[in-house]
Amino acid sequence: MTGPALIDVEDLRIDLNLGSSRVAAVEGVSFHIDRGETFGLVGESGCGKSITALALIGLLRRPLSVGAGAIRFEGREIQNLPAVEQRTLRGNRIAMIFQEPMTALNPVSPVGRQIAEMFVLHGGKSWRDANRLAVEALASVRVPAPERRVKDYPHQLSGGMRQRVMIAIALACGPDLLIADEPTTALDVTVQAEIIELMRNLCAARGTAVLMISHDLGLVANFCRRVAVMYAGRIVEQRSSDDIFRACSHPYTQGLVDSLPRLGSRARLGRSRLREIAGVVPAITNFPSGCRFNPRCAQATEVCRTTAPETTMLGADGLVRCHHHA
Amino acid sequence: MKLGTSLIIGGLLFTLAIVVGLLAPWLAHTDPVMDANLMNAEEPPSWMWWFGTDAQGRDIYSRVVYGARISLTVGIVSQLVNSVIGVTLGLSAGYFGGWWDDIVNGLTNLMLAIPSLIFALAIMAVLGPGLTSLLIALGLTNWSFTCRIARASTLSLKSQGYVQAARVLGYGDLRIMITQLLPNMLGPIIVIGTLGMGSAVLAEASLSFLGLGIRPPYPSWGSMLSEARDQITTAPWLSVFPGLAIFLTVLGLNLLGDGLRDILDPQSRSRRT
Ligand SMILES: Nc1ncnc2c1ncn2[C@@H]1O[C@H](COP(=O)(O)OP(=O)(O)OP(=O)(O)O)[C@@H](O)[C@H]1O
Ligand SMILES: [Mg+2]
Repeated sequence: MTGPALIDVEDLRIDLNLGSSRVAAVEGVSFHIDRGETFGLVGESGCGKSITALALIGLLRRPLSVGAGAIRFEGREIQNLPAVEQRTLRGNRIAMIFQEPMTALNPVSPVGRQIAEMFVLHGGKSWRDANRLAVEALASVRVPAPERRVKDYPHQLSGGMRQRVMIAIALACGPDLLIADEPTTALDVTVQAEIIELMRNLCAARGTAVLMISHDLGLVANFCRRVAVMYAGRIVEQRSSDDIFRACSHPYTQGLVDSLPRLGSRARLGRSRLREIAGVVPAITNFPSGCRFNPRCAQATEVCRTTAPETTMLGADGLVRCHHHA
Repeated sequence: MKLGTSLIIGGLLFTLAIVVGLLAPWLAHTDPVMDANLMNAEEPPSWMWWFGTDAQGRDIYSRVVYGARISLTVGIVSQLVNSVIGVTLGLSAGYFGGWWDDIVNGLTNLMLAIPSLIFALAIMAVLGPGLTSLLIALGLTNWSFTCRIARASTLSLKSQGYVQAARVLGYGDLRIMITQLLPNMLGPIIVIGTLGMGSAVLAEASLSFLGLGIRPPYPSWGSMLSEARDQITTAPWLSVFPGLAIFLTVLGLNLLGDGLRDILDPQSRSRRT
């Protein structure tokens, strides 16, 4: 890849200001996404995935704020951009879809209008053209009878249809990066597969890079070229998706891999019971010292309890943050 | 269904008042101001004089019909001004918060602490009587409820997914307020507005009764009541018909407000779908 990455996050720290004290909800997070690339961020609930995504588009709000680090979009530091430029970036160059397709659409506005608004806002189109483009956008996410559907209100659509509308809105202006924050968690399994397939096809066809956020390692590894695993506000391991099942190094990643249901050899050997990771995620205000995973880690030793591990590069694509990496 | 009746009755009464006001030149039998004739002074209601005549011999029916114009103009225009002020202040205060919110809150509390009629009275005393002063006085003094509702709605809507989503999609503050927040709080705002129109009609009557609103000989329901004050025992029709007009209009607006509340309530709306 020549030139700067599409988005480049370097040593990001996100602070949570609790009146008198301040805790780092996210710390030392670095990754980059190239043009057209698919990158996944995986981790348990509350590990900081969503706030990392919000930081990328400059939308952290009190009590959260970026404490340190750099977020560069095409080589330009996002936080230094004037508010107006940040806004034209959002929705236009970087778009985002959310977990709850039920609530992410305005209930009193027809969906066609909500799609058209993007063309008016970012494309400078007239409402007339925008409405026509909205029908096309709805057709592109394979909503049947789009010319009728544009007049529907969100409550008239199923969850899957609404998520399609969200995708149509997000991709309306041909963004370079699509952030998908648990886009299918609220949908049932068959619809999930359809939505994922749709996103894969549309983004591949348009060369849109994707940051896929989920707690589902299987889904992310299947969708993305590279995967970062987050635990308690830190990236603990980063791998190409091909490697993550074969050769993961961090005990937490290993735990996630072992907790995935899988078909094939192990199931037949009678080890069909899924393994979970013992213990609970530490509270944000009460992260353990040293390696944040140490209380739940079977391999933890004295050094894990006292010293936070540094990241170790593993080849071109991988890194791990563990004292005992294989 | 009980839910619909207040809406229908209220809507009919309000529509009737509007139609009467609009068609006043055709409905009235005589000119409400000029056609005085002392020969028919204080005639009781009859086939000839439906609502009777006043001390100058003017047809009360015609005056009540023309009075609808003034009462409704005052009610509608002043409430529109109130709604615009209330929504603008409340929405922006809830959205931006901070010092602006403090200022708006302080102002709202001040307005709530002073009875709005007293406040309007003070403004009228400064501006002098007349339609324009009435519109200003009533339009500036009754926005606090709208403001409160708009602010509270904004605070609760602000955290809704679609408002967050709009921000993520690059909507500016103004666009978020107009496309995402305002349409979602319109129900209660319309309800408050309808009820507020009723109180504006009453306030106009009160101010005119006190001689500060519409001055005689122009026919506003309040000024007619004011003129009829001395003859209430000898010629009760002078007070009864303008009073009835006020009563029916305000009742209609209140019923309409209640009916609208029932259908615009988000809970009952989701039940319907
Ligand atoms: N507005 C906020 N105020 C206070 N704490 C917050 C706020 N937003 C997030 N947090 C905290 O920051 C941490 C990370 O939150 P985040 O939403 O990024 O988690 P997540 O990884 O996306 O989880 P999930 O899978 O549940 O979406 C959590 O511990 C959460 O409690
Ligand atoms: Mg999240």
